[in-house]
Amino acid sequence: MLTRKIEILVGLFLLSGLAAFLVLVFNVANVEVKSGDSSYTLHAKFSNIGGLKVRSPVKVGGVVVGRVSAINLDPEKLEPVVSIAMDKRYHYFPETSTLSILTSGLLGEQFLGLTPGFMDDDVELLVDGDSIEDTHSALVLEELIGQFLYSMGSKD
Amino acid sequence: MSLIDAVARLGRSAIDLVVGLGKAGLMLWGAIAHRPRLRKGTPLLIKQLYVIGVQSMVIIIVSGLFIGMVLALQGYNILVGFGTEESLGPMVALSLLRELGPVVTALLFAGRAGSALTAELGLMKSTEQLSSLEMMAIDPLRQIVAPRFWAGVISLPLLALMFTAVGIYGGHLVGVEWKGIDSGSFWSILQASVEWRQDIVNCMIKSLLFAIVVTWIALYRGYHVTPNPEGISRATTQTVVQSSLAVLALDFLLTAMMFGQ
Repeated sequence: MLTRKIEILVGLFLLSGLAAFLVLVFNVANVEVKSGDSSYTLHAKFSNIGGLKVRSPVKVGGVVVGRVSAINLDPEKLEPVVSIAMDKRYHYFPETSTLSILTSGLLGEQFLGLTPGFMDDDVELLVDGDSIEDTHSALVLEELIGQFLYSMGSKD
Repeated sequence: MSLIDAVARLGRSAIDLVVGLGKAGLMLWGAIAHRPRLRKGTPLLIKQLYVIGVQSMVIIIVSGLFIGMVLALQGYNILVGFGTEESLGPMVALSLLRELGPVVTALLFAGRAGSALTAELGLMKSTEQLSSLEMMAIDPLRQIVAPRFWAGVISLPLLALMFTAVGIYGGHLVGVEWKGIDSGSFWSILQASVEWRQDIVNCMIKSLLFAIVVTWIALYRGYHVTPNPEGISRATTQTVVQSSLAVLALDFLLTAMMFGQ
């Protein structure tokens, strides 16, 4: 007759097969962006976000300080709105900071570069829910080439 | 007449091949073409799942981890030259899901479980245990062959999924923890490029077909063994060689059908 140990081990085998399947389906398809206590949310509007994705990093001089938590389209202005989950440890950015979409390397992935602005008496710090007004959109190669060709043509 | 002899030899081997295929087909048909008997069949199946599936888990998981890590390390060295080391995630995940997961698992399975099946069945045949079962009006195909076949067909796809999942985490270990790729980029690009239908379902179809082929060859070689020590040894070798070659050839056909366009 079967021992109980074998039955349990076979059950565990089937369960770990199922677990591997679920990991492949959900984890290779989904990772939670950490939100809640350890982060605060900022918003920023761009005219073009290029290849930016949810979970792309936000960097200050190369240091990761947050991640893109959502990308939506403003229903009225029809502009992309990017929500950023910033790490609570980095809470001292003034509201004059600028955001730009940068590319790592020539062919690499796109990320958000945050440049801290100047501090003044009447400049406040960015807090949860604030928007960053000063943004630079992604450079789209086709548009650059188009502009270049246009400026070449207008010189003649 | 040596020419006539050569032609005769060719004809004989062709006939042997067709006879072998027919015997293998009849054996499989006799084993699985029955109404399932849940009460009697389940304990036999569980026993075989333990021998074939659970006992193969260690080698599969360890190989998966190391293959994922090696893949990530080699891929990193090349991708870093182009500044695109974030693409390591999809590289590791897609090579594991599309090819390495099903194929390497099937090859390991042929060596670990297939050879054991052949040797076990071969010894049963040599010591006439199968004939004595028949004398007691127990069909050895249903009692011995069928549970082993189903256990193999259930186990191998599950093992391939475990192999792939562990391999991706091995790649994550090397890429993110050691080489310092950004964890968010690793997963987001990986998830953007892995598709449910194209990659995960095809991975499962492949490993299911490999499971049928490997288990079938192993059972056939054991069931129709020449009943002496030399025969068993030859049958075990043939199982590993033939099922490995069959898996690799079938993999090329399946890849051409799935990703050829």
